[in-house]
Amino acid sequence: MITVNGTGHAFGTGGRVVIVGASLAGLRAAEALRAGGFTGTLTLVGDEVFEPYDRPPLSKQVLLGGTDASSTTLPRACDLKAEWRLGVPAEGLDVPGKRVRLAGGEEIGFDRLLIATGTRARPWPNVREAALDGVFVLRTSSDAAALRRKLAARPRRVLVVGAGFTGSEVASACRELGLPVTVAERAATPLAGAVGTVIGAVAGQMHREHGVDLRCGVSVTALEGDSGGHLRRARLDDGTTLEVEVAVAALGSLRNTEWLRGSGLGAGPEGVACDAGCRVFDMFGIVTDDVFAAGDVARCPHPVFGFEFLAVEHWSNAVEQARVAAHNMLASPSQRRPYLHVPTFWSFQFGVGIKSVGVPSCGEEVIVMQGSTGERRFVAVYGHQGRTVAAVTFDQGKWLDFYREQIEAAAPFPPPFRNVDRSASRRPVPAQFPDPAVPTEGPRIVRSGHSPTDREWTIVPAVG
Amino acid sequence: MTMRVVVDLNRCQGYGQCFFLAPGVFELRGEEALMYDPGPGEAQRAAVLRAAAACPVQAIMVERTGRP
Repeated sequence: MITVNGTGHAFGTGGRVVIVGASLAGLRAAEALRAGGFTGTLTLVGDEVFEPYDRPPLSKQVLLGGTDASSTTLPRACDLKAEWRLGVPAEGLDVPGKRVRLAGGEEIGFDRLLIATGTRARPWPNVREAALDGVFVLRTSSDAAALRRKLAARPRRVLVVGAGFTGSEVASACRELGLPVTVAERAATPLAGAVGTVIGAVAGQMHREHGVDLRCGVSVTALEGDSGGHLRRARLDDGTTLEVEVAVAALGSLRNTEWLRGSGLGAGPEGVACDAGCRVFDMFGIVTDDVFAAGDVARCPHPVFGFEFLAVEHWSNAVEQARVAAHNMLASPSQRRPYLHVPTFWSFQFGVGIKSVGVPSCGEEVIVMQGSTGERRFVAVYGHQGRTVAAVTFDQGKWLDFYREQIEAAAPFPPPFRNVDRSASRRPVPAQFPDPAVPTEGPRIVRSGHSPTDREWTIVPAVG
Repeated sequence: MTMRVVVDLNRCQGYGQCFFLAPGVFELRGEEALMYDPGPGEAQRAAVLRAAAACPVQAIMVERTGRP
């Protein structure tokens, strides 16, 4: 049993845990704490008024109308016996004093803190244009409900800005609803940041086969409204103008770390830096003992990928990292576990399941190992310096476990084994990821440097 | 009273047991794009629990406890 510094009482029975962030990672961590024997006070703080809900259906079933946006509340594995502070964002953190400050000024003390504040949608950059009726982002349940209402009114044309996962799934839903849709993407193909433009080109063909007006290599420069404040048209940087009634800005995400400004933690736009055991670093790269991070907002070194700091904005990362963080919050130092989960994701679009394991953007080369891109059924494997680092499947998800084992074992690339359906002429080709300096919708796995002391942002030391 | 359901779609491999056992709740689009109702009505409880039990990769989670 662990004791809190100097107080002598057993943390497991008498301690206080505060989890800031009441979405998937926060909920799964809370469950794991209770399952791990924690019987003390557990408080979950969330800026949204809703109890933890699942986000993936929001860009799929909810937009299609089969599922109400309010009905994706996540099931719970156990009775949490938690205190919920929902609809109240955290606004500050006093690490030495072990207190979280909430909006309105109330403070909550903790013995252990989990930071799971996740990300939010990157807004349309022009505030006046973003306020037009018909301009949306899609991240929250409320966003999805509003967009669903607008799509149900059958707009004459929908513009999706950014062809990442969210943008592509919105376009897919629009076509399934029979709505005309234009997708504008700055990169050469959809999903370029996540899977590279070689495989992204296959996704682009799926867009076009399903009637999407896909325009790559273009930027939307302006959204224009009428006198009533309703969106009417969009201007592109190739000189064209589109008549649209709805625009969905699918521009990636921003990490919710502003509330940690002044806390002295290694937190910034790239996330909250932590060690492989989810313990958060302070601004000097020194690990803290009582502050942990998990989910989209956390960035931690991954041994399989050269100890590079990864921030992974995927569902399974929130689930698995929350479990490790919760374990380590309760464990004695010798019992701590490293977070070794190999990232995975899925996206359903245009009737095809796209899944991945590993970090495709770590690869320079890609080879199609099974199936055929023409049939939209294949496995693409990514390599870095002669090792397998990722696999992306289109309707071939059954292979992911096999390739996860290959990645964990740093198996050779190109894979030396032969397949019955593999043409002998297949060779690795450059995977063609876009220049990271050129903004696109952004990959959902962010490689954010090797060191927590990388200072690409301004650190504001705590006052006093 | 509705149920709460979530499917780990990384784990799902499209075996299809769920949409045979609870066709009003689970639906396969294409070969492996599973869509489901995360909040099915109480009338579906028996079917959903059968589907969760039958899933070969145990990807379906159904809430079993009270709140909060």
